[in-house]
Amino acid sequence: MIELHGIRKSYQSGAQTLEVLKGIDCTINKGELVAIMGSSGSGKSTLLNVLGLLDDFDGGSYHLDGNDMGGLGEKQAARYRSEFLGFVFQSFNLIGYKTALENAALPLYYQGVSRKERQKQALHYLTKVGIADWAEHLPNQMSGGQKQRVAIARALIANPRVILADEPTGALDSVTSDEVMGLLKEINREGITIVVVTHENEIAAQCDRIIRLKDGRIENPQAQHHV
Amino acid sequence: MNKRQGNIRWRPDWDGFLELVQVLVQRPLRTALSGLGVGWGLFMIIITIGSANGLQNGVSQDLGDRAKNSMFMWTQSTSKAYKGFQRGRPIELTIGDVEYLAANSQTLDAVAPQNQLGGWRGSNNVTRGIKTGAFTVFGEFPAQLKIEARPLRSGRHINDRDIEENRKIAVIGERVREILFTSDENPIGGSVRINGVNFTVVGVFGSLRSGEDAEEDLQSIRIPFTAFNQAFHRGDDVGWLCLLFNESVHADSAAAEVMSILKSRLSIHPDDDRAFGHWTVAKEFEEIQTVFSAIRGVSFVFGGLALLAGIIGIMNIMLITVRERTNELGVRRALGATPGVIIRQIMGETLLLTVLFGLVGAILGVASIEAIDALLESMPAMDGGSFRNPEVSIEIVVQSLAIMIAMGAIAGVLPAFRAVSIRPVEAIRTE
Repeated sequence: MIELHGIRKSYQSGAQTLEVLKGIDCTINKGELVAIMGSSGSGKSTLLNVLGLLDDFDGGSYHLDGNDMGGLGEKQAARYRSEFLGFVFQSFNLIGYKTALENAALPLYYQGVSRKERQKQALHYLTKVGIADWAEHLPNQMSGGQKQRVAIARALIANPRVILADEPTGALDSVTSDEVMGLLKEINREGITIVVVTHENEIAAQCDRIIRLKDGRIENPQAQHHV
Repeated sequence: MNKRQGNIRWRPDWDGFLELVQVLVQRPLRTALSGLGVGWGLFMIIITIGSANGLQNGVSQDLGDRAKNSMFMWTQSTSKAYKGFQRGRPIELTIGDVEYLAANSQTLDAVAPQNQLGGWRGSNNVTRGIKTGAFTVFGEFPAQLKIEARPLRSGRHINDRDIEENRKIAVIGERVREILFTSDENPIGGSVRINGVNFTVVGVFGSLRSGEDAEEDLQSIRIPFTAFNQAFHRGDDVGWLCLLFNESVHADSAAAEVMSILKSRLSIHPDDDRAFGHWTVAKEFEEIQTVFSAIRGVSFVFGGLALLAGIIGIMNIMLITVRERTNELGVRRALGATPGVIIRQIMGETLLLTVLFGLVGAILGVASIEAIDALLESMPAMDGGSFRNPEVSIEIVVQSLAIMIAMGAIAGVLPAFRAVSIRPVEAIRTE
């Protein structure tokens, strides 16, 4: 599903060039639940941004479901994000003035789906993540766990091939974290590839495989399919 | 799985509109404040243009009954010595001079000499039994009516037979009738005493002018020129001339021709500009038109500046909004919004804001103008002075709205491109 070869990425900060990703080779198969771990500054968030087409890369190649993601324009990137990818963020990133239902439905708006169909789909996915009763509530009326469930429903609604989760439990207590991870595993069992960036071992342990990053390189390239 | 692919496009539909409305409604105070500038700008444009039109209507009405190709001319004193005459010689016109002028002029359609008795704040000069009044009495020719129209209320105007036979008849203004006659009396055939001479009333007239001018007209009495000079011992003297020149001739050239004829007859230096005074309606009209186009221009400029300030205000607010919503816009990008979609969203918000409040300003402006108009109409007793029927044409309103929409579009460009210049990754990181 995801094939990375020699991905490099650097940032220009003043006169210095900061190399964040120094050649990442990695393959993630369809249906896998993979954790990316690493200390802060290891490049894991940058890698996730590259995977999510939120940021471009300087060298190497990236194939997503067989499509070359090199040198995409903003418009194409937006299209791939819309159709291939779902995002779950640490800080939820729900839109504050939209209800849970409207938040979950938003990706379909950008695909030109009719309002009625969007609402139907959104309600379906809110039900799936167990939060249908809160459909008409605004984000600030909900707990962190509830907000993350809305975000997961939003990530699922466009029927993506890959869900990218950036510290999905980072803002949650341990009980809620387990619930959210349980939900992600359930989604994974239905066949959707999931990549979780985390620094928590308990979370990473629940995944099929752990990719450890250190100083912009994969620390354990041999660690394939250790579960 | 790719079946939705072809649908990635923005449709200017109800759905997109709701999306814009939701954003504006979530911050009602900010929306109202930023809209206020634009609304105020349009309001000002409409109020100033409406008022300028009101002023113009008022002034035009003050001139209203005078034929545009009419000229008034009076004598003064010479300012140049000529043919043995010293400078400072007072010039006087006689009926003979007027007849000579009428016979020799190529441009004049009508010549109407006038004489006057009494006048503004004069003493009581007209009596009827025990009733008395102070009125302006004019001796004039029937041609006078070609120059200043006067509506007849009853009876008749002065005619040529009256002039030829020196008839002692009078046509009186409505106010004169009210003062000298009781309301159930028929003034026609009644007798009034003007400076001790009896005249028979043959008609009553009204006025086409308004305010004080109308009041002046209605307090006047018109008698035949010949009878006037005979009764009040004026001989052949002429007070001043009311002239009607051919419409194909410019006021200036008509005046020049008349002057040169009279100057040569009366032995006045051809370059003496002081011997005669004159006033033409056309000239006055031209000047007024110039003044009013200037006023309209100025009001458009000032209203435009107010509008510009409003637009800049909206742009400013939108820039702040974009910065504040960096995270939201980043999330939208992550969820599949293309740069084009974001641009349209910000442009749409700016335009919606502009149009919405622009319309409110325009409606309030037109409503205020209408209210002032209705107020002036409802108080006919109150003299609006030179202010009448303030109005704005639909073209002005439509033009202003069009300018405003164009400016709103311009105002949206910078914030929209600022919004898409934010990379989605930076946007999400902001939190």
